[in-house]
Amino acid sequence: MTQKYRLDKEGYINRKKSISFKFNGKKYFGYEGDTLASALLANGIHLVGRSFKYHRPRGFVGSKEDEPNAKVQLYDGAKTEPNAVATEVELVEGLVAKSQNCWPSVSFDLGAINNFLSKFLPAGFYYKTFMWPKSFWYKIYEPIIRKTAGLGVAPLKPDPDRYEHKFEHCDVLVIGSGPSGLASALAAAKNGARVILAEDKSQFGGSLLTDQVTIGNKTGKEWADETIEQLKSMPNVVVKNRSQVFGYYDHNMMVMFERTKDHIESPSEYIPRQKLWYIRAKEVLVSTGSIERPLIFGNNDRPGILLASAAKEYIKKYGILIGKKPIIFTNNDSAYDTAIEFKKNGINPLVVDVRKNSESTVVKEARDLGINIKFSHAVANTKGYLRVNSATVGKLNNDRSSYENLENIPCDCICVSGNWTPTVHLSSQSGNKLKFDEIINAFIPNQSRQNETAVGSANGSFTLKKSLEDGFHKGFEISNRLTKKNIKSDTPSSNEKNYGKHENFWCMPLPKNKDYKRCVDFQNDVYVSDIELAIREGFRSIEHVKRYTTLGMATDQGKTSNLNGLQLVSNIENKIVPEVGHTTFRPPYTPVTIGTIVGREVGKHYRPTRKSPMHSWHEKNNAVFVDAGLWLRPRYYKQGNETLQQAAKREGANVRKNVGICDVTSLGKIDIKGPDSAEFLNRIYTNAWMKLPVGKARYGVMLREDGIVFDDGTTTRISENHFHMTTTTAQAVNVLAHLEYYLQVVWPELDVNVLSTTEQWAGAAVAGPKSRALLKKLFPKIDVSSEGLPFMGFKEENLFGVPARVFRISFSGELAYEINVESDHGIFMWKKIMELGKSMGIQPYGTEALSTLRIEMGHVAGSEIDGRTIPSDLSLEGMLSKKKDFIGKRSLNREAFLNPDREKIVGVIPVDKKTMIPEGSHLVKDKNAPLPNPKLGHISASCWSVEYNNPFSLAILKEGKKRIGEKLYAMSPLKNKSIEVEIVSSHYVDPKGERVRS
Amino acid sequence: MLEIKCPHCGSRSQNEFSYGGDSSVKRPELGKEVPDKDWDDFIYFRNNPRGKHSELWHHVAGCRQWFKVLRDTSTHEIFKTAKLTEEL
Ligand SMILES: [Zn+2]
Repeated sequence: MTQKYRLDKEGYINRKKSISFKFNGKKYFGYEGDTLASALLANGIHLVGRSFKYHRPRGFVGSKEDEPNAKVQLYDGAKTEPNAVATEVELVEGLVAKSQNCWPSVSFDLGAINNFLSKFLPAGFYYKTFMWPKSFWYKIYEPIIRKTAGLGVAPLKPDPDRYEHKFEHCDVLVIGSGPSGLASALAAAKNGARVILAEDKSQFGGSLLTDQVTIGNKTGKEWADETIEQLKSMPNVVVKNRSQVFGYYDHNMMVMFERTKDHIESPSEYIPRQKLWYIRAKEVLVSTGSIERPLIFGNNDRPGILLASAAKEYIKKYGILIGKKPIIFTNNDSAYDTAIEFKKNGINPLVVDVRKNSESTVVKEARDLGINIKFSHAVANTKGYLRVNSATVGKLNNDRSSYENLENIPCDCICVSGNWTPTVHLSSQSGNKLKFDEIINAFIPNQSRQNETAVGSANGSFTLKKSLEDGFHKGFEISNRLTKKNIKSDTPSSNEKNYGKHENFWCMPLPKNKDYKRCVDFQNDVYVSDIELAIREGFRSIEHVKRYTTLGMATDQGKTSNLNGLQLVSNIENKIVPEVGHTTFRPPYTPVTIGTIVGREVGKHYRPTRKSPMHSWHEKNNAVFVDAGLWLRPRYYKQGNETLQQAAKREGANVRKNVGICDVTSLGKIDIKGPDSAEFLNRIYTNAWMKLPVGKARYGVMLREDGIVFDDGTTTRISENHFHMTTTTAQAVNVLAHLEYYLQVVWPELDVNVLSTTEQWAGAAVAGPKSRALLKKLFPKIDVSSEGLPFMGFKEENLFGVPARVFRISFSGELAYEINVESDHGIFMWKKIMELGKSMGIQPYGTEALSTLRIEMGHVAGSEIDGRTIPSDLSLEGMLSKKKDFIGKRSLNREAFLNPDREKIVGVIPVDKKTMIPEGSHLVKDKNAPLPNPKLGHISASCWSVEYNNPFSLAILKEGKKRIGEKLYAMSPLKNKSIEVEIVSSHYVDPKGERVRS
Repeated sequence: MLEIKCPHCGSRSQNEFSYGGDSSVKRPELGKEVPDKDWDDFIYFRNNPRGKHSELWHHVAGCRQWFKVLRDTSTHEIFKTAKLTEEL
C-alpha cells in the first residue's frame, strides 16, 4: 500500500480513498484524484514505454496532454483502448493498463536491438530501404514494418459503449479555465452573453492550481473555485470540465468531446461514454495556456527526465515527488518554482542554468532558501538505462560550443525547462496566420480570420496580472459587441512573483568526440542528427523536413517538439524562425476515440431504413430483403430450401403463366400541378407531352443537360393540370431536386408546383396473363377490357371502399396493372389482392424475379442507365422528339455521341446455354489475347430467362446491334471465368410488345 | 461546416443544403440555335475564382428553395444570401 514518492501534504487528491489498479500485470494503489501517471509516479514508476523506432526506454515527460511517451493500452477485449495518454487517464478502481510497443516486456524489450542498429536506421530510412524491389513491399516489408512499428492494438470486437452527439449554440465559447479563461468567461457572462466554458481537465483553474499567487485577498485556487461557482450559478452559462475542444472549423463551428463515464467507479449503464459537442459560437476565446519546451542534450530521453512544470504539477496537484535527488536544468526563471517546491518538501535540488545570471525575485527566493545554483552550466549527457542515474554537467565555454570541467553528478530525475510555447493550435486551425514573437521565441496568434480571440499565455502574455486584465477586458469587449450591454466587471488586484528573461539557448553542444543521441521528438524518435541529415540531403521546406524525419507527426502532434525542431532548422540553415515558418496545425488537438465521432450512427442507426406499408406481410411470408437505396425490398419469398435463383425462377414463371404481385411502393412518385404542367413535362422529358389525354399514362425518358440518360418512368395525366410522375427508386430524390431547379432557377415563369408523394402512396404491381381477371374481381365497376382500360390507361376507382388509382402499365412486359392506395390502406390492398387472386394461383414476386422479367424483355434499368449512356445507346432513339427542344437535346449531336462505334445495348446468351455470365464481365474478341485484353463491352445485367430456361444477359457493346449473331467471350477475372457467348437482340422475349397490349 | 442563411428559413448548418454551382450561368433559351462553343461553355466550363463567387444552394433538408449565396472560395466567408428574385 505504500506510495514511496507520495507526500503527506500538498495536492488535491483524496488520501482517504485508496484506489487499486493494474499496470503491466502488477497491482498498485493510488488515490482518488490521481491520474494514471501520477499514481504510477507515486509508486516510483517512470519507465512506461519504448520509443517508436529504436525501442529506447521511455518515461513520463509531461503531466498533461503534451505527454509524448506515456501511451498505454487500457483494459482488454472489446473495451480495450490503445494509445491512451497516461497523464490524461483519470484513476478509477480496477483500471488496467499496459505498456505498448515493447515485447516481451517494457524492461526487457527485444526491439531495443534497433537502438544498436540505429546507424543503419537514419531519417528517411523507410523511403530509402524499402523501395526496391517493388514486389517486396506488400509481401515482405509492409507486414514486418506493421508488426514492429505501431503503437497500441485496436480492439477486434465491436465497441460495447454508447456515444452521443450534442448540438449547441452560444455567444461566447471560452476554451480553458486558467486565469484568463475564467476572467473572460466571467466578464462576458456578467455582461449578458450566453457563455460556454470548456475545460479539458477534471479540475478547473489551469495554472492557478499550481502557482503561488493571490487574487484579491484569496489564493489563486480559491479565486478559481469561487469564480467557477459563480459561473455555474448563472443561467446564461454552461460550465463543462473533462471537455476538450479539439477542432476549430469554418464559421466558428467548434467540436468538443466530453468524457462522461470512464472516471466513474460504477457508472449507470445509461450514461454515454463520451459526448461529442458541435458548438456554433458567435465568438471564441482561446485561453488554452502554454506548453513548456524541453531542452535538448545528450540522452535527454531517459526515464526520469521530465519537464520542470510537470514536476511542479505532480507536487502541487498530486502531492508526489518525481524523485528525491533532482537536477533542475533550465534556460529561464520558471523552473526555479520547481526547485523551490522540492526544497519546501525537504529535498535539495541542484539547479543547472545555462544563463550567466538572473536577478529576478524567484531566483532570489531560491538562493535565500539555500538552493545550489550553477549558472553558465549545462547538462551535456545523462546515464542510466531504464532510469536516469546521473548527469554529466559542465561549464559552458564562452562561445557555448563546448564544455569545461565535465563532471558526473548522481541524480534520480532531471527537470528541464526550455521556456514556454503558447498553445496556438486552435487559433491556427481557425485560419489565424501566426506571427513569431522574438521575445518569447515562439509563435503567437496574429490576425484572426474568424471570430476568434486569444487571451493569456496562449496569446504570449505570461504574467497573471496581464492575463487577468486581458481576460476581463476582452470578455467585456466581445460580449458588448453581441449583447450591446455595458456591465463591466472590475479586474481584481493580483500578486505574483517576478520572472526574468529566458535565454534562447536550448540545444546543448556535444562534448568533444561524442555523438550522444539528442532527442527532439520523443514519441517519433527524431534526433538532432536526423534533422541535420535531412538538411544535408537537401530538404528545405519545414513541411518536407517534417515528413522526411517524421518530426511532430506522432499522436502528440509534436506539442513538445515542433518549435525545437524548427528552431534547429533555422539554426542549421542560418535563417530566422519566421522564415522557416511552421507546419500546419490540424484537428484534432488531442486524439479522439472513433466511437465519439461516429456517435449513435452505428448498426441500424447508421442510416434510416425505409419500409413499405406492406413490410410486415413480407416478413411473415418469408421474404428475404435487399437494400434498394434506403429501402428494404423483398428480393424473393423463400419456400422450403429454395435458393435465390430457384425462387426467382418460380416467381417469374408464375408471372408469365398466372399472375404475380410485387410491392412497388419504393418507386419515386411526384405530384405535379399547375396550368403549365404539360409544358414543363414537355421540356423535361425527351418525348412529347402536350397532347397526352386526361386518364392516360406515358413512358418518359429524362436526360441531363450533357445528353446522358438521367432517369425514366411513367407519368399519368390525372386531370388537365395535374400529373402523377413516377421515377426509379434510386433517382427519386435527385429527380425532385432536378425539377425544382428548373422550375425555380431556369423557368420561374412556369406556373407549376411539384411535391414528393412517394410515401403517401402504397403501390402493388399485378402482372401476368390472369391479371385482367383479377382486376375485374378487385374493381367490379371498371370495364377491364382492352377498350375500357387500354395499355397506358388510368382509372380512379374504389377498392372495397378505399380510394385507389389503377394504372395499366408494365415493367415485367406482361399484361399488368399498378394499383396505388393511400399508404395507410396498403396492407388492406395487398391482402385483398392476395385473397381474390388465390384461385388464379397468385404469388408474390420480389426484385430478383422483377429483374429477370425486365432483363429478358430488354427493359433498361439502373445498370444500363449508368451515367454514361445516351438514348441511342439504349435503343431509346424513338423516345426523342424531333419537333421540340428538351433538356439535353442540344448535347446529343456532339461528335462523340454520333460515333457509330459507341457501345450500345444488346442481348447475350452463353453458347452452352447453361453458364450464367457474371455481371460486370468484359466482352472480348479473343480470350487468349495478352492483357490488357481489348474490351468491346461489358455485361450490365444477367438473369436466368424464365421464358427460354437458359441464361440471358444484357450488355453494352461496341457497335451494338451490328454484332448480333457474332460470337465473343465474356471474361470475368474476378470469378475466373471466360464464357463463349452469342450476341442477340436485347428484346429476348416478346420483341413486338404484344403481351402488354393484349 | 459552414453556416448558411437561407433567405426563407434563416441560418442553418451546411448539412441541410446542397451546392448548385455558379449562379451567373444562364441556360441558353430552349428552341434557339446555340453555337457549339456557347453550348460547351454552358455544359463543361466554369470559372474557378479564388475569392468572391456567386453561387446557388438548395435548401434540400428545409424549405427546398434554391437561392443565391455570395461566398469567398478561399476563406468561406459568406457576404450575403438572397432569394432568386433578389440581387446579390
Ligand atoms: Zn430554407
